[in-house]
Amino acid sequence: MRKFVIQALKKPFTAVMIAILIGFLVGAVTLALGGFDPGRGYGLLITGITSNTRRMAQVLVNAVPIIMTGLAVSFAVRTGMFNIGADGQFIMGQVTGAILGFYLPMPAIIHPLFIMVCAFVVGGLYASFAAYLKNRFGIHEVISSIMLNWIAYYFMNFIVNMKSVKVPGSQHSPEILDTAKITFFSREFRTTAEGEALLAKHPWLESVVRTDAGYAILVMIAVTLLLWVILKYTRIGFELRAVGYNYYAAEFAAMPVKRNALLSMFISGGTAALGGAMLVMSTSYFITMLGATEGYGWDGISVALIAGNHPIGCIFAGLLYSALKLGGTEIQSRMGAPTEIINIMIGALVLCIAFAPALPRLAERLERKE
Amino acid sequence: MEQDTRTLPDEIPGNENEAVDAPEIRQGGVSDYAVEMYGISKSFGPLKALDHVDLAVRKGTIHALLGENGAGKSTLMKILYGLYTKDAGEIRIMGEPCDIKNPKQAITHGIGMVHQHFMLVENMTIAENIVLGSEVTKSFGRLDRERMNRTIREFGEQYGLEVDPRQVIMDVSVATQQRVEILKALYRGADILILDEPTAVLTPQEIDNLIVTMHRLVEGGKTVIIISHKLKEIMASSEYCTIIRRGKVVDTVQVRDVTEKDLASMMVGREVMLTTEKDKASPGEVIMEINDLTVKDNRGVEKVKDLSLHIRRGEILAIAGVDGNGQTELIEAVTGLRKSEKGEIIVNGRHIENGLPVDTHRSGIRTIHEDRHKRGLVLDFQVGENLILESYKQKRFQGRCGLLSWKKINDYANRQIDKFDIRPAGSALQRAKELSGGNQQKVIVARTVEQEPDLLLACQPTRGLDVGAIEYVRQALVQQRNQGRAVLLISYELDEVFDIADRINVIYNGRIVADLDPQTTDEQAVGLLMAGGSQ
Repeated sequence: MRKFVIQALKKPFTAVMIAILIGFLVGAVTLALGGFDPGRGYGLLITGITSNTRRMAQVLVNAVPIIMTGLAVSFAVRTGMFNIGADGQFIMGQVTGAILGFYLPMPAIIHPLFIMVCAFVVGGLYASFAAYLKNRFGIHEVISSIMLNWIAYYFMNFIVNMKSVKVPGSQHSPEILDTAKITFFSREFRTTAEGEALLAKHPWLESVVRTDAGYAILVMIAVTLLLWVILKYTRIGFELRAVGYNYYAAEFAAMPVKRNALLSMFISGGTAALGGAMLVMSTSYFITMLGATEGYGWDGISVALIAGNHPIGCIFAGLLYSALKLGGTEIQSRMGAPTEIINIMIGALVLCIAFAPALPRLAERLERKE
Repeated sequence: MEQDTRTLPDEIPGNENEAVDAPEIRQGGVSDYAVEMYGISKSFGPLKALDHVDLAVRKGTIHALLGENGAGKSTLMKILYGLYTKDAGEIRIMGEPCDIKNPKQAITHGIGMVHQHFMLVENMTIAENIVLGSEVTKSFGRLDRERMNRTIREFGEQYGLEVDPRQVIMDVSVATQQRVEILKALYRGADILILDEPTAVLTPQEIDNLIVTMHRLVEGGKTVIIISHKLKEIMASSEYCTIIRRGKVVDTVQVRDVTEKDLASMMVGREVMLTTEKDKASPGEVIMEINDLTVKDNRGVEKVKDLSLHIRRGEILAIAGVDGNGQTELIEAVTGLRKSEKGEIIVNGRHIENGLPVDTHRSGIRTIHEDRHKRGLVLDFQVGENLILESYKQKRFQGRCGLLSWKKINDYANRQIDKFDIRPAGSALQRAKELSGGNQQKVIVARTVEQEPDLLLACQPTRGLDVGAIEYVRQALVQQRNQGRAVLLISYELDEVFDIADRINVIYNGRIVADLDPQTTDEQAVGLLMAGGSQ
């Protein structure tokens, strides 16, 4: 039994499971302290997510942006850069999507593809700037990318606030052209005769039609697989991982460590920005004056942490994160409990994951005591 | 509070006793043995680190523990010092059975340990380090520096370990730091002193001094246990030697009855060549030429000054010198990690001074770096990944579409693991950090040698390795040279230099001060030059 426990503690998967469990326990205690029945709360949480296919689809749709920023952060960390600037890069992607989506008329399929490429390049260059500062002046990327977050955030507000952009009487930019939208069905589709007929025939389609489900999901999966292949099967990926694990050994093995820092941040920033552009093209359709950032980049850091910085893990971590958030709104509306409880739970979860590296050491201690 | 200088036991009886391995002779209360350990076992998971180990150390002797890396000698001593708990067995200190649970209890039983890596506060003085935890104070808890310094000075003189108590640790040599560690243990009342690989960091002269110190401690009634895998020093210092192999005691011998070769074969379990066999060198054309090279260290001090040297194909050139005389900066300049102030480095006709590591690689140089954990390996990478760390671009590791083929890589890795006897066998998928130090070094040697470099820079390639692995690495280097390649060996160990070098350059204070033929010189002469003496 003891042996089994020790062996289990050494596996990273166990750490994640223990963290999730503790997260739920903390959530339960918080609910109880707030005078709510934890059992009922969790019941609502689960039914809130699984009660109908539309909600399940919504979990997936909401997960896409944070999976993208999660991927961005994981990729950078894997390759030795702590990209804390995913938030700013995401915003740059949103701006690119909103501007090109409205001002650049293009044929339907090409339009979103072109925007995606542009957003990737814009976000990639934006992030590479932090790597450049590191290479050239030795400025740590955490510092510079945090600052770049603020610049991106105010840049977005500045753009929205421009006379030529802002829609009169509103606080947002004009809605992007229909050619730039990437949902499977347009929002008006279900009110058309054709839509009604289709839904009557295939009721399950409801979940797709009534959410913003779109090609972003496919792109997200493709990007995940691509990043995984890059890391695992390419020479560049081999170099990037070597730099990530041991900069000095990689440098000594004659790998181009400085170029790799630029490349790592370019790919990472591009991924985050792609997430931002896809959010605009599938859900928000425009950018708005904001009093604070929406925090997709910050959520991405949590997702990456839960995923152990593994690209494929990011999909599951993002889904869990998104499910908890959506389920949290259910607890709020049906029980009157504040969604902050869910946030506390997520916080506890991330905190426990941060403790995960201690578990194998704990196992070693137990072993030595034996 | 003041801890008065400890009085020594006047006479140690039974020191001239002849009986060797007779832990059975046990008397109640008064024992001839300072330390007795019976049937000690310890497992880490499935690995049996110690298997019913018996050890008896006579009072007032120097007792060596000899064994390969990972044989269990350090584990045994860590159990004695209370850092590990034993699974089974019995420990007696001075004849008294006792159960030591932590270092604090070990200290109260009079056991002191000097670790391989010193545990000193860098920016405090020698005296402060020694009294740390039992400071000498005046009223209101103010430090009484004067009295503290006097006490420490006198305390050191008593054991022949003279130190200047006012010097700050980071300004003194490694040898002095070691003295401080020994004094610290003695000050805390140690009668039994455990030294873990004490000579690993010392120069030949310093090693001689340490041996004198150990003898003096024993004369003063202390008992010294030294953990080592260096045969020469055991022969020179110890009275008894217990040989441990794979967690079991092979034998305990009286050192004067055995030869180095006996000890080596007991330790490794087979016949070992202590000297590397090699034919006469037949040097070819010059492959690297360094002219008037000057290199500064990070603080702006010129560590390499107008240094010139050359090396030919088919020879092993050893740079002998004490650590810190410019070797590190020289290698960094050659490998593209550090800019030089002036001078040139020409390899195969290409200038590589002030280049990048990639320029050094292109010129045909590969390096076994002295810091295998920082520069040599990616510890979190698998062994296979480490084996291709410098050759991952080669076609033979690729599958479809130019993507890496892990099947090919791991097949290659397992072949290398076989060929270079890296243990455990078939460990291509294990992380490099899970291997022992000797096997990690073999990974680096395998990787470097397989690339068939024109010039191989080997910086302390056998540091911390046991006899078996040393034999292996040295043979690999000689083989390189036999194949008409050049090997530049940087070593702080004269044994190694004399074992394999075809030519010796002595480095002192950033300059090459002598170019010698090992056939016509000896360790004494080179040692003197290394210390700044003249020929």
